[in-house]
Amino acid sequence: MNENSSGAPIVRARGLRKEYGSGSGLVRAVDEVDLDVAQGEALAIMGPSGCGKSTLLHLLGGLDRPSAGEIWLQGRQIDKLSERGLAQFRRHDVGFVFQAFHLMDELTAQENVELPALLGGRSPREARRRARQLLDQVGLSDRAGHLPSALSGGQRQRVAIARALANDPQIVLADEPTGNLDSAATLEVLRLFEGLHTAGLTLIVVTHDERIAATANRMISMRDGAFVDEMRLTGGTRGNLAGLGA
Amino acid sequence: MGTAVLVFRLAARDVRRHAAQAVLLVVAIAAATATLTMGLALNGVTSQSPYLTTRAATKGPDVVGYLTSAAQASSLTHASGVANHSGPFPVASATIHFDGRQADVFAEGRSTSPSAVDQPLLTAGSWVRPGGVVIERTFADALGVSVGDRVSMNGKSYAVAGIAVTAAQSPYPNLCNGTLVAATPAGSNFSNACPSWFNIPFLSLPNGQELASSDEVGQIWATESDATGLTSPANPLTTYAVNLKLTNPADAKAFAYDRFAHTTSATAPLFSTWQGLESEDGKLIQDGQGVLQPGAFLLALLAIASVAVLVGRRLSEYARRVGLLKAVGGTPSVVAATFLAENLMLAVFAAVVGLAAGWLAAPLITKPGAALIGTAGAPPLSFANVVQVIGLAIVVALAATLVPAIRASRGSTVGALNDVGRPPKRRGAFVRLSSRLPIPGLFGLRLVARRPRRSLLSAANVAVTTMGVVTVIAFHAFAENKLAGAVALTGGGLSNPVVNRDEQMLTVVTIMLITLAALNTLFTTWATVLDARHAAALMQALGARSRQISSGLIVTQVLCALPGAILGIPLGLVLFELAVKHGSLPPVTWLAAAAIGVLVAMVALTVVPARLGARQPIAEVLSAEAA
Repeated sequence: MNENSSGAPIVRARGLRKEYGSGSGLVRAVDEVDLDVAQGEALAIMGPSGCGKSTLLHLLGGLDRPSAGEIWLQGRQIDKLSERGLAQFRRHDVGFVFQAFHLMDELTAQENVELPALLGGRSPREARRRARQLLDQVGLSDRAGHLPSALSGGQRQRVAIARALANDPQIVLADEPTGNLDSAATLEVLRLFEGLHTAGLTLIVVTHDERIAATANRMISMRDGAFVDEMRLTGGTRGNLAGLGA
Repeated sequence: MGTAVLVFRLAARDVRRHAAQAVLLVVAIAAATATLTMGLALNGVTSQSPYLTTRAATKGPDVVGYLTSAAQASSLTHASGVANHSGPFPVASATIHFDGRQADVFAEGRSTSPSAVDQPLLTAGSWVRPGGVVIERTFADALGVSVGDRVSMNGKSYAVAGIAVTAAQSPYPNLCNGTLVAATPAGSNFSNACPSWFNIPFLSLPNGQELASSDEVGQIWATESDATGLTSPANPLTTYAVNLKLTNPADAKAFAYDRFAHTTSATAPLFSTWQGLESEDGKLIQDGQGVLQPGAFLLALLAIASVAVLVGRRLSEYARRVGLLKAVGGTPSVVAATFLAENLMLAVFAAVVGLAAGWLAAPLITKPGAALIGTAGAPPLSFANVVQVIGLAIVVALAATLVPAIRASRGSTVGALNDVGRPPKRRGAFVRLSSRLPIPGLFGLRLVARRPRRSLLSAANVAVTTMGVVTVIAFHAFAENKLAGAVALTGGGLSNPVVNRDEQMLTVVTIMLITLAALNTLFTTWATVLDARHAAALMQALGARSRQISSGLIVTQVLCALPGAILGIPLGLVLFELAVKHGSLPPVTWLAAAAIGVLVAMVALTVVPARLGARQPIAEVLSAEAA
């Protein structure tokens, strides 16, 4: 649902470039990329390792600053934001899901999920309530008190997804979210993403797994920092995710 | 042999690769070993050479007899073994006034012509003349007088004709030290105060109480008529000094004991021997041990913290090397030896540096003072001293690295190869508490909780530094009280050369302590910053601002430093009490100011590393952690 929604895109990038090094050692990780993502769209960005897809995701999420170009999210230009403004943006407008989960090892699942809410200024009680609700939503309410080391890879990623949703972002950015997972865990994560998409969240997923990309509305292929192909999908295996478990 | 070569090669290569860390480690241990070397060197240093030089230059006596009447002198001057003598000279007590300062003095009446025994050596001016007195050099320095000044004694005015040194008496403020008051060689041989019959004026304190000064008395020489002119019915002449030269100076102690032991009279003569005076002069130098040895102890504690932090910061790197060694067949002992070798090599090198630095610096603190001429020269360092210093360095290195070495040798090879590292600790109570705090507090408290050992080291660093600062403050308070005491007794305001000397040494040790503590703070903060890289990047990815992260890192250091600063106060007072034994407590406000000052300094030192740590590229750190 919601693909190709009318109105201004929720994400808009123009002439986006990210360079590292200088002179003969100059590397363009992202090279003059233009991108529009509609509200509620599920976008998959594919490409081989090192093609710049993770860098692009970091730029879109305000984790890194572009060398050139503009990024607009929900009508707000974020590439010109101060550090403080970027922090606010990451806190409230986007949620990240990383391949390596990036959970705090010494915090329980619930405490990890509480963290963005606490950063967002919610009271400890409210943060706890929200974390429980989200853990329940990802099917981990019985694992709320477990440390990450006591969880499987799939469970850890589900905790990370719950954490990404803690402040009700409009956009979820996922960087190889199933890269470290087996097929069963991949299926669990995809089901969650399916639910988020259905609920109207905008998803931008970086992956090199075609099966994951097939669940999106649109798939963009990257190579050497630039978009080389774009494909609109009909929903792919959505509705038949069980087939991925095979 | 092959194993030893391997261990040495690995250690040497690692030192070369991490030269800056090696230098820091050497500096930390060398500071402690240099201080210990200086402290130990003072054991062997007496002022023998300066005393003997002064004794030769002043025709110093072998025995000085203090008599209650001039008639007692003939039995001594004609005694067997006496080769020459001077005196008896009348010794009058007086109160000297100069430039608003005042002090008790013994004025010894002398002839204007030189004496055959104990002729004080003039270092400025000329010898006594009617109306002109000569002042012992240490006392002159404390009083602030120079040749040509005018002083008043018991209401009469005198010119300062000269300033001189003598080998016949201990210098100000311990004039009466070295006087024989016990009957047997096994007894307490020398007094710490003048005998009761030395006629010291009684002075009125503001509260009406009368106290006799038995300490901090100065020595002057005047003509006999000027000296006796200081007496009065209320201040009679009760003391005469006779200087004896023996045919065999080595018999001086036996000569004095014989005469002291065979009398029961309360007014029998008392004696000083040249050996006793030499020993007392040496105590001025050796007194510095009371400062240097506790200082070395504190510096050693800080050095342990430095090494522990430096080693701890690189544990994961060591772990990877351990994994490789094990994978290629290294036994646990080889692994442990490899781990220890580098730090032990550096520790031994630091000990050698410390020994050299301490030995070279020791003459600066073994100056004999104004009382004597000549220099003490380079202090001797015994084999035992060298072993002690190297032992301290090895203990410092082992204390910081032995446990990690044993753990590494016993750990999993696969885990080490995968660089799993030690997982951070979970402290549920801290996590729950921190969730109620603002973001810097939340982040800071959680960082403290995840690395409790580092937090403890950080607290220990601050505690030791505060100990040092509190010890200095306590000593200053003690010195002030001591000088204030002199004011009460004599209206004085004179500086005390012994206290001054201790304060100078204490200041040097404190500067070394603070420098090392500052380095430790930087190490610890940077280690915390590096350890917190992932957590900080993640927090920023979730929306924390860089200022909140840097504030959190500062909060981490403050949370560690606060208990350290509080604990350092009583520890410093205990250390001071152990070192000085009869100290007085400084005002509470001084102690609080010391603790707050240390805390503020620690925070100031933390700001730059914390800001740098918070400015890391988030995406890069998270990508690196994922790799």
